Amino acid sequence: MTPPAAPSRTIETPSFSTSRFRAEREADWIAFDWLLGKLEKKGAKALTSDELLQLPLLYRATLSSLSIARATSLDKALLDHLEALSIRGYFLVYGVRESRWSRIRRFFLYDWPAAVRSVWKETIVIALIILLGAMTSYSLVANNPEWYFNFVDEDMSGGRDPRATAEFLQSTIGHGKAAADESESALHIFATYLFTHNSRVSILSFALGFAFGVPTMMLEYYQGIGLGAMVAVFSAKGLGFDFGGWLFIHGTTELFAAALSGAAGLRIGAAVVFPGAQGRLQAAADAGRTAGKVMVGVIVMLFVAGLLEGFGRQLITDTMLRYAIGSSMLLFWLAYYYIPRREDAA
Amino acid sequence: MTVAATHAKHRDAGAKKVRQFITPEGVDLELKIASSGLRLGALMTDVMFILVTLILFTLLMIWIGVGSQSDMTVVIWMLGAFVLRTFWFIGFELGSRAATPGKRLMGIRVVARDGGRLTADAVVARNLIRELELFLPLMMMGVAVAEDMASAWTIIAGLVWSLTLSLFLLFNRDRMRMGDLIAGTWVVMAQRVKLDPDIGVDAAADAMLFTEAELSVYGIFELQELERVLRGRDPRAMREVADAIRAKIGRPVAEEDDAFLLSYYRQLKARLERKLLFGKRREDKYASD
Repeated sequence: MTPPAAPSRTIETPSFSTSRFRAEREADWIAFDWLLGKLEKKGAKALTSDELLQLPLLYRATLSSLSIARATSLDKALLDHLEALSIRGYFLVYGVRESRWSRIRRFFLYDWPAAVRSVWKETIVIALIILLGAMTSYSLVANNPEWYFNFVDEDMSGGRDPRATAEFLQSTIGHGKAAADESESALHIFATYLFTHNSRVSILSFALGFAFGVPTMMLEYYQGIGLGAMVAVFSAKGLGFDFGGWLFIHGTTELFAAALSGAAGLRIGAAVVFPGAQGRLQAAADAGRTAGKVMVGVIVMLFVAGLLEGFGRQLITDTMLRYAIGSSMLLFWLAYYYIPRREDAA
Repeated sequence: MTVAATHAKHRDAGAKKVRQFITPEGVDLELKIASSGLRLGALMTDVMFILVTLILFTLLMIWIGVGSQSDMTVVIWMLGAFVLRTFWFIGFELGSRAATPGKRLMGIRVVARDGGRLTADAVVARNLIRELELFLPLMMMGVAVAEDMASAWTIIAGLVWSLTLSLFLLFNRDRMRMGDLIAGTWVVMAQRVKLDPDIGVDAAADAMLFTEAELSVYGIFELQELERVLRGRDPRAMREVADAIRAKIGRPVAEEDDAFLLSYYRQLKARLERKLLFGKRREDKYASD
């Protein structure tokens, strides 16, 4: 069998060829790839002003190459490379529009308080739930101390229960003779443990929010119950005022943070149940972002609470001073969150 | 027709993973949703990295603690472990590549679903939910081991409930975790692809010429498979493919396999690309020419 005399060769020299297209543009792609590598490794600061000016040009050149290649080329390797390069370029060119420092600054100055302010309704609901929990357990334990053991975990209470003597209870809140004997290091560890534990409970109560907020509310109610039971034990021994101070110095910050984390969770749950004019997915995503901002703030607050608890409370034993610090912290947070700012409109 | 139908189905399955993502310049980037297997692989890698870091950190703290006789190391250890566990994912995903080391290895990254930039609050939200998805089933299992059989049913119910949360991504076509859903994010493929040399051009003269009839038996799918074989440079695969093509077009075995395949590839590509310029895209050999 002989091949026919006039194969496709004669018409196979079109004015446009994908090989020529590639040869012409390849230098741009390589330059863009190199620039992106540098940007990823060393950040925008490492680029000279020339390179910075080149970046959008090369990005657009690559995107245009991708469009042309999709329409004309069947070279899979080329298409895949251009696609991957364009995706990488897109996210670097459009990804970050401000420096890390200005992002942090904006977060603390505007975004965080604005996010907290926008969940004010949820915050009130959660605060009432905590209060309700506290009152429930307080009235139960005050009437019958046996209830205490249903509410408070033995490990967490550290011997602070209705069987304890007034002297012992007094020592646990940093008064009397026994307080001096307690080793300080154990307190650091306990405070750190409380911080990590509280943070995890807060994260959990936020994360459980999407289940229509029900588990969040239960968790917050439970937190209130533990609090109320403790208060009942101390006030039964006539230590209510001192215990209040012991709790107040860090409790205003910590409970506020707990309420905010619950509010963040509740916001997501509410968005899932009542999406309003938006789609359910979009509403959940919007609520999730607000809640995410609140949660970063919550972890910062819990850290502050941990410091107040671990150091402030051990060093300051005067009850009135404790009340003063706790109240000023509360005022600080309230002012920080709820005093309107000029940039809010933006 | 059944073979053609399965081919079409395969193509559809591939297309189902592709999401339109139009840049401000008006180009569709065609992002591909990362598969659940890759996600699991990335998670496992990250958990392994975290564990290794934690073990090294623990050893360091023990060493310092024994040396200094101070309890502060316990405090530092607890804080460090907490930071590691909570901020490993957040910290890495806030970087310019929006991927943890595990995700980087798997070639995937996080992007915002609406095409905007990935904000810090979205990253935080998606990763705090992870606490629930990852650790709640583990906690439930821990409880299940600790408790006796009396409450077995409640524990099983809890476990099933928490597993449906964790496996949520299997039940939606965008492979979104619960956290992705709430943060408005996707995880998509972001591999780097090296630019291989152009095999359509380097050797100047074509060893042999094919007729229009010989070239018209294949479509784009076959062309790109042929390209894959040629770039793979595996002699056994090349032999098989060359034999299949020769049988199909009725050519005797006369040349080296690679020379034959390369010439055939070039001429087929030139033919199909020419057709493409005229608006005819022939997907595979089952489509009409």
